[in-house]
Amino acid sequence: MMETALRSELRKQGIFLTTLEELYNWGRKNSVWPLGFGLACCAIEMIAASMARWDLARFGAEVFRPSPRQADLMVVAGTVTKKMAPQVVRLYNQMAEPKYVIAMGACAISGGPFKQGYNVLKGIDRYLPVDVHIPGCPPRPEALLHAFMTLQQKIAAQPLTGPHRPRHLIAAAPSEYPIPEFGAHDLVPPNNPEIWQPPSITPAA
Amino acid sequence: METLAQIKARIEAAVAGAVVEMVPNDSPSGQHSLWVDNSHAVAVAQFLREDPELRFDFCSNVTGVDWPETERTEKVKTTRLVDGVETSVEEIRKTKRPGFLEVVYHLYSVALKHGPLILRLRTENRSDQVQVPSLTPVWRGCEFQEREVFDLFGVVFTGHPDLRRILMWDEFTDHPMRKDYVEPDDYEYEPTPHDEVLVKARRSGRGEAGT
Repeated sequence: MMETALRSELRKQGIFLTTLEELYNWGRKNSVWPLGFGLACCAIEMIAASMARWDLARFGAEVFRPSPRQADLMVVAGTVTKKMAPQVVRLYNQMAEPKYVIAMGACAISGGPFKQGYNVLKGIDRYLPVDVHIPGCPPRPEALLHAFMTLQQKIAAQPLTGPHRPRHLIAAAPSEYPIPEFGAHDLVPPNNPEIWQPPSITPAA
Repeated sequence: METLAQIKARIEAAVAGAVVEMVPNDSPSGQHSLWVDNSHAVAVAQFLREDPELRFDFCSNVTGVDWPETERTEKVKTTRLVDGVETSVEEIRKTKRPGFLEVVYHLYSVALKHGPLILRLRTENRSDQVQVPSLTPVWRGCEFQEREVFDLFGVVFTGHPDLRRILMWDEFTDHPMRKDYVEPDDYEYEPTPHDEVLVKARRSGRGEAGT
């Protein structure tokens, strides 16, 4: 492995050296195609972020795909009602690896103003592994751009070997998550205990 | 627009046998309404829409109200014979008002630019006799809103063309806007719990921030 400092020093001298890992991650992080779907008002900000003023194309992510088979990124933009949650999980399951999730806005990360309501899911991270959470109601397009850059940094930092390699390179890692069923009083199960547990504020003894 | 009493009199004259009652509103808005009996509700609605003086051609809002059974205690002074002498005694009398569900319609006239007229329908009780006639045949726009009242309050609209749940899923069995609805016990964490949420926070033990 070459040291990062030496590599950047050589680049200043006009010598371009790279690793397969860096090249691979560079390609991945600059072609994150989002799935073209929105759930509520946050989707309007997402659309704004893709238009000329904020120009999501600078990050290689302007190609909103109408099919989950062609998408790499799910931007959960808006309120996830309990009635909609199984469909969102099903869409995620239909996406091909590698795939990422950005939970955009107060509703998608926690239920937001509807948290104590009877028909809104208290955050999509109960069923899906979320990579980046964006607070805001709705978050401005700049916040979505920041989430994209955070995701890109996350992708660029992933080693291709070892225990911290990305999920799509681990054969045993799940690519699909269980779809909740409609129950008589609530979704069954109310969360996926393998990826989400209720937060505990009691300090660990 | 005519006064509510005038409209009531015209309904009674036009629809034979219709029972119409004024429901006064004591709040500052003073928005009084008309209660119509279920068996004549569709005929009354038809009249309100067709009458050239009223022409309520637009039903802007349909909503529900849940009235649980209430007990009212009153102090009543009565005279009674105590040891052969008539004395006035204070008695506490309890009266029970059975619960019912109410559907409220807000009617406007776009043609004559007046409104709203507030129409109320009531069910017999809150458990097994929860039918009211649907006014969708009169005002097409009531369809989704009556479905919402059916979903959230459990009022069954007879004569509705497509009575299904609209907000909750079909497998759902509760009616969330009823006063006695018990929501799923899924409290997790709240930074500043208060009121009912505080009770939940204490019960769950996952509770209040800083404790």
